[in-house]
Amino acid sequence: MLYYAVKRLGSLCISLIIASLVIFTCIEIVPGDPASFMLGINAQPDTIAALREELGLNQSLTQRYFGWVGGLLTGDLGTSYTYRSPVSEIVADRIAISLPLAIYALSLTVLIAFPVGLIAASKRGSVTDVSVMGATQLGIAIPNFWFAMLMVLIFAINLRWFSAGGFPGWDAGFWVAMKALTLPAIALALPQASILSRVMRSSLLDTLSEDYVRTARAKGLTRRQVMWRHALRNALIPVLTIIGLQFSFLLAGAIIIENVFFLPGLGRLVFQAITQRDLIVVESVIMLLVFAVIVVNFLVDLAYAWVDPRLRVQS
Amino acid sequence: MNKIAMAGVALLMTSTALAANTSVTVGLQLEPPHLDPTSAAAGAIDQVLYSNVFEGLTRFGSDGSVNAGLAESWDISEDGKTYTFKLRSGVKFHDGTDFEASDVVFSLDRARAEDSSNAQKALFAGIENVEAVDDLTVKVTLAAPQGNFLFNMAWGDAVIVAPESIEGIKSAPVGTGAFTFAEWKQGDSITLSRNEAYWGAAPALESATFKFISEPTAAFAAMMAEDVDVFYSYPAPENLVQFEADPRFTVLSGNTEGETILAINNKAEPFGDVRVRKAVSMAIDRQAIIDGAMFGYGTPIGSHFAPHNPDYIDLTGNAPFDPAAAKALLAEAGYPDGFTTTLKLPPPSYARRGGEIIAAQLREIGIETEISNLEWAQWLEQAFRGYDYGLTIVSHTEPMDIGIYARPEYYFQYDNAEFQALIGQLGVESDPAKRSEMLKTAQTIISEDYVNGYLFQLALTSVANAKLNGIWADAPTQAVDLTGVSWSE
Repeated sequence: MLYYAVKRLGSLCISLIIASLVIFTCIEIVPGDPASFMLGINAQPDTIAALREELGLNQSLTQRYFGWVGGLLTGDLGTSYTYRSPVSEIVADRIAISLPLAIYALSLTVLIAFPVGLIAASKRGSVTDVSVMGATQLGIAIPNFWFAMLMVLIFAINLRWFSAGGFPGWDAGFWVAMKALTLPAIALALPQASILSRVMRSSLLDTLSEDYVRTARAKGLTRRQVMWRHALRNALIPVLTIIGLQFSFLLAGAIIIENVFFLPGLGRLVFQAITQRDLIVVESVIMLLVFAVIVVNFLVDLAYAWVDPRLRVQS
Repeated sequence: MNKIAMAGVALLMTSTALAANTSVTVGLQLEPPHLDPTSAAAGAIDQVLYSNVFEGLTRFGSDGSVNAGLAESWDISEDGKTYTFKLRSGVKFHDGTDFEASDVVFSLDRARAEDSSNAQKALFAGIENVEAVDDLTVKVTLAAPQGNFLFNMAWGDAVIVAPESIEGIKSAPVGTGAFTFAEWKQGDSITLSRNEAYWGAAPALESATFKFISEPTAAFAAMMAEDVDVFYSYPAPENLVQFEADPRFTVLSGNTEGETILAINNKAEPFGDVRVRKAVSMAIDRQAIIDGAMFGYGTPIGSHFAPHNPDYIDLTGNAPFDPAAAKALLAEAGYPDGFTTTLKLPPPSYARRGGEIIAAQLREIGIETEISNLEWAQWLEQAFRGYDYGLTIVSHTEPMDIGIYARPEYYFQYDNAEFQALIGQLGVESDPAKRSEMLKTAQTIISEDYVNGYLFQLALTSVANAKLNGIWADAPTQAVDLTGVSWSE
């Protein structure tokens, strides 16, 4: 188990180094100068030059790369060009929304997908199965931003149960904040739950047709007992993989939903930073997301080992 | 029992009504990058802070007039080179420090310093010396007389800041205005509260929140759900009809300083030939663009000058919509079969939507355009600084900016010595009648030179709760001045 974990950790570090190089080069070659963007079309060349100097944009690329990576290693994400405050502070504010939103949406996803997948698999071919699978097909096909707008129309504009968007902050109270995240979380969870239910169903069906399941049935276990004791645990590996991917996606990929509900999350921060050429923010946030994705994958790998003992002994 | 319950309900109702009556939530599309109006071009900074938190020596009124601000009055010397400002007494900055002549000296010297990052440094270029005569008198000496100096001092980039609080200005601005900065939830909102120690008339509002909503559909939802009370410069003109029909809302339509032009690269072939530029101008049906891209909001212009300005002359007749004549002009210039050029479009909808229409109109006279959609940062790099474009569409929102045509290095690269001399003279002329004459000549020269295709004056359309009064309909500068805003209930 330890060897397995160390090996995974090593590949994690290599991934991070490669990612930092790719991110830095990609973003630095994007045309557009942050200083001229900030000063607009009436600015004089000497003013732009003064601002470039102030922002440290006149240093060489290698200097800036090592400055950046060195900062990352010591936990310093740099100072935003446009906001002029530490990137770590800005990011911390945004994570306070994006992380709870991702967890909220993922919990909804799992809460919906597990029972749906289980029911569909255990009643394979029945009317329930067919209609549930039809519904998930629809859930995947409906664009989530459209679904989000539909919910805003119904629950915010007509019924006035929720506000149309925005985030009051955690200091406004836990339930007030959670309420503000509810519609976005549902909008994010719907397609993810549909995908996960389908994966859950097909994975369960695969294991249910395995020999050991037939043996277990032959030993006299009921369908239900077989499902809970044998099939479910073995069906979990692909499901865990998908959950890992979904969590990373929910953390970074909520840009459109954040825009629909004007939530100040990480996705919107990156989006704004790109248009403003606030390169240091883009680099640091993307690096952070890459880090999050890699760590989540690492945890998923560890979870495999927990679910599947064979992985622990395999060298 | 019933009575008590009724009284309770009534109390509850009045208390919520009172709460609603002294605060306002303003929707804005863009969030300020930081809160220092003196070191960035972002209009969003002024929208939140101008006149609310920061004030200058002079200030813009809702009609664009220049009024007394922190300077109560001023004397201009005979030669027009010395301005002596008498400052208001008893004015305090929000941190409790006194507003004095030394703050004015500090602010103006900071703006014109060598390492200044003021986006409108040119406003201060004529200043030779700033001197505090006593605590409440400031003498500004100019290198040459400057006719629009008081106008320049009203800009958001010329507001007065204090040396004591300059360090933190980007996140905790300290000014002298009727509202103090309270809180900034980055990415979400900025809250201001009433300055109880304000020197002028106290505003009716106790607090104001600016909420940043960039998506047009989200703006629509926020307005409809009444999460925001007014959406300043509402981003989706297609919804305005619906708001007009709804008794809960009023649609405010006003003027801006935004001359929207089809900018022509005067040094790129074949646009060096005035006949080609004239042909382009005559191929454009301005009203079709206003109707098609702006849903009818906008005023056609024939030069680079705002129609609501008293010195404006209507020159739209210089380039009437006449495709046949335009085609003839192209043939005369040696392009009977037209040519191909680039049309680079920045993000605003006037450019993206207008661009499609202009491309179709130009095709009618044989000019093919390769359209590319650019982000602002790309546009600045390619078109604005790199001169790598044939045509582009931009709204020039700075007030009174006809002077940019006297800068041959400016992105449309118009180089006319006569015009440059005229703007030079205008700068040192302070006689209103002569200035007016010169401004009219300036408009005529660039119109008859067909420097750019002059499209329309950008309209400002805001949607507001029908019970809200005092929102500026016009935008003489990028400001949401809340000092006169109140609820009618």
